[in-house]
Amino acid sequence: MTENAQSNGGPSGHVGIGLFDRATTVVPAQDIRCPLPDPASREISRRQFLHTIGAAGALVALKASGVQRILASEDLDAIAAGTLDIATDHQWVMVFDLRRCDGCRDCIKGCQKEHFLPKEVEWIKVYDLVDAQGLEYSMPVLCMECENAPCVRVCPARATYYQPDGVIVVDQSICIGCRMCMAACPYDVRVFNWDRQPQPPVPPEHRGTRPEFTAPQRKGTVGKCAMCVHRLRLGEFPACVEACTMDAIYVGDLVEDVMSNGKETFMLSQYLRANDAFRYRAELGTAPRVYYVAGHGQDLDF
Amino acid sequence: MVALSDRSGELARAALAPASRSGRLSRAIVAMLGVLVLGGIAAYGYQLVNGLGVTGLNDDVFWGLYEVDIVTLIGFSYGGALVSAILRLTGASWRGPITRIAEATALTTLVVGAVFPIIHLGHPERVWRVATALQINSPITWDMLAIITYLIATVILFGLPVVADMGRLRGEPGLPGWKQRLFARGSFGWVGAEEQQRVLNRSLTALAIVIIPLAVMVHTVLAYAFSLTSRPGWHSTIFGPYFVVAAIYSGVAVVIIVSAAYRRAYHLERWIPERAVINLGYLMAALGVLYGYLLFTEVTTEGYVGGEASEKLLYALLLDRWSLLFWVFVVGGLVVPLTIIAFKRTRTTTGVTVAACLVAGALLLKRFLMFVPPLTQPLISGDIGAYTPSWVELMVTVAAIAAIPLLLIALFKVIPVLSVTEIEEIAVSRGEAI
Repeated sequence: MTENAQSNGGPSGHVGIGLFDRATTVVPAQDIRCPLPDPASREISRRQFLHTIGAAGALVALKASGVQRILASEDLDAIAAGTLDIATDHQWVMVFDLRRCDGCRDCIKGCQKEHFLPKEVEWIKVYDLVDAQGLEYSMPVLCMECENAPCVRVCPARATYYQPDGVIVVDQSICIGCRMCMAACPYDVRVFNWDRQPQPPVPPEHRGTRPEFTAPQRKGTVGKCAMCVHRLRLGEFPACVEACTMDAIYVGDLVEDVMSNGKETFMLSQYLRANDAFRYRAELGTAPRVYYVAGHGQDLDF
Repeated sequence: MVALSDRSGELARAALAPASRSGRLSRAIVAMLGVLVLGGIAAYGYQLVNGLGVTGLNDDVFWGLYEVDIVTLIGFSYGGALVSAILRLTGASWRGPITRIAEATALTTLVVGAVFPIIHLGHPERVWRVATALQINSPITWDMLAIITYLIATVILFGLPVVADMGRLRGEPGLPGWKQRLFARGSFGWVGAEEQQRVLNRSLTALAIVIIPLAVMVHTVLAYAFSLTSRPGWHSTIFGPYFVVAAIYSGVAVVIIVSAAYRRAYHLERWIPERAVINLGYLMAALGVLYGYLLFTEVTTEGYVGGEASEKLLYALLLDRWSLLFWVFVVGGLVVPLTIIAFKRTRTTTGVTVAACLVAGALLLKRFLMFVPPLTQPLISGDIGAYTPSWVELMVTVAAIAAIPLLLIALFKVIPVLSVTEIEEIAVSRGEAI
């Protein structure tokens, strides 16, 4: 929670290792539910496929516009092989195990405490939904840190942008408060600081003015979850992960191919494949960096 | 020749009538409008100090009345610009008395409407960042660029014929001294020479050709701020043309209202014949039919195979929570105005003006129905959102609507309300006495 100069960028190669070292149990691979397909055994990988077409010249225009780029979160093969074409130390993701979530909303409280948010401001929301069998389940939703984020694209002031580790932040000293990003977000995770209720007092040592941690929130600007990247850089778990008593929330790293909820640690790519993880409304092409594991018979195709 | 100059003198006096007379009634109207505008400015000051929390907006319905105002007022402006441009391009001879009022309406509604993209911001003092960031992917950037370009074009479209009129009227007896000096300076040496007339007409034609696609662009990118999101009810290919047609439809209505008001107030019946008002009514009716068609095709396409979300939205709109407002729009904004214009008995200046008032009001309501109900439908799950405009939003909106006649009155205190040179030119070209 405390901020120091080193948390703000700098050579942080060991931070993530420290983070995942703190996890106590490493679950052996055979405990992950189902056998894994061997990536090498596939006849043609998607990357090869795209390369072939690209060579044929059919995708020249698309390639120029960046559409051909394989988004990091979509390339589990590269994550598993450790060949992710990204030059940063970490690429943060989150994984929600919906089989464990009991809808207690402790994550919301932990988040609000960490960021000194008033009670009605929720950066992580919990929806009570009903699956195809009519059974109730809960689904926490926070910023998906999309790799192809509609909110970033529409911001006329460039106040919201990607940080090198994939986290999208809002610079509240730049935001003009037009709320176009709220209109563009398909996940409804951005909130406006209407400031109708007084914000909880922020002790001076916890005040923050950086885009990744602004406390108190600035009136008339848009706020959102930034995956607690200010904590990740210090080797701490995000507030919601720590607050979750069901251990249902994991934070992961595409570069190191690892994920942990503070108690269990898994190989990210293996876990996602083995548990049929899905990404919410990925069909919109947003390439979200938050994964869900269903287990109550929910439709995967939301 | 004597008769002609007599009549032409009458025309000049009629064109300057709003500038000279200032009865008790008109002063009372100006005072009332002024109070409303000042009230709105005070309300906005209150919002500046206390933030957008003083509006009825919330995280579900984060866009509301201010966005309705942006689209409605800039829409009004389009009608004026388009009426003037199209009538010039097609050489409609009845345009003479209408063009000045149409262009002035375009200008004033646009000036007022263009303030709202700033009013609706959480941090209006940072609006310059749109220019420096130049995020060319953002619909907001497109909006700002388009509105500014359109504003410049509208100012020129309004100003060019005024130059000619200033030259034509500067020696008019009875003009106060300051106005004679202003007209002399503003006429840039206009003496009505053939070459000058030719240059003016060519410029106006070029401008008319430019302003039509420009205005289409403005309303299309305004629509894009909504349709380029993945929200049900907004994400629709029809939104661009929908906005454009709504804009002309309501804009022609406002031109009718302003023309009828000046016609009545300053006894300009001789110069603005009933035929001109009724022709504008026909134009409005044609656009109304087009708008009704777009509405029908939107509802049918979404309702027949739309997903769960658009089904819920349409149900709320047509049959449930919003149905009263929706059907008020259909009846008041389409059925009644079109009926008034359809029957010869009601197709009078008064009838057409009543129809126009209905259309202008109904289109404001329709914008509300296009923007707010989709936001009240939850994107994922949960309660239906709610939005009631606060007194601040209402006062600012009322002030904006009051500011339009106030600006028009101020404008026509200086500028002739009729385009004298154009009326004379048309009469001469048709071989008529003026």
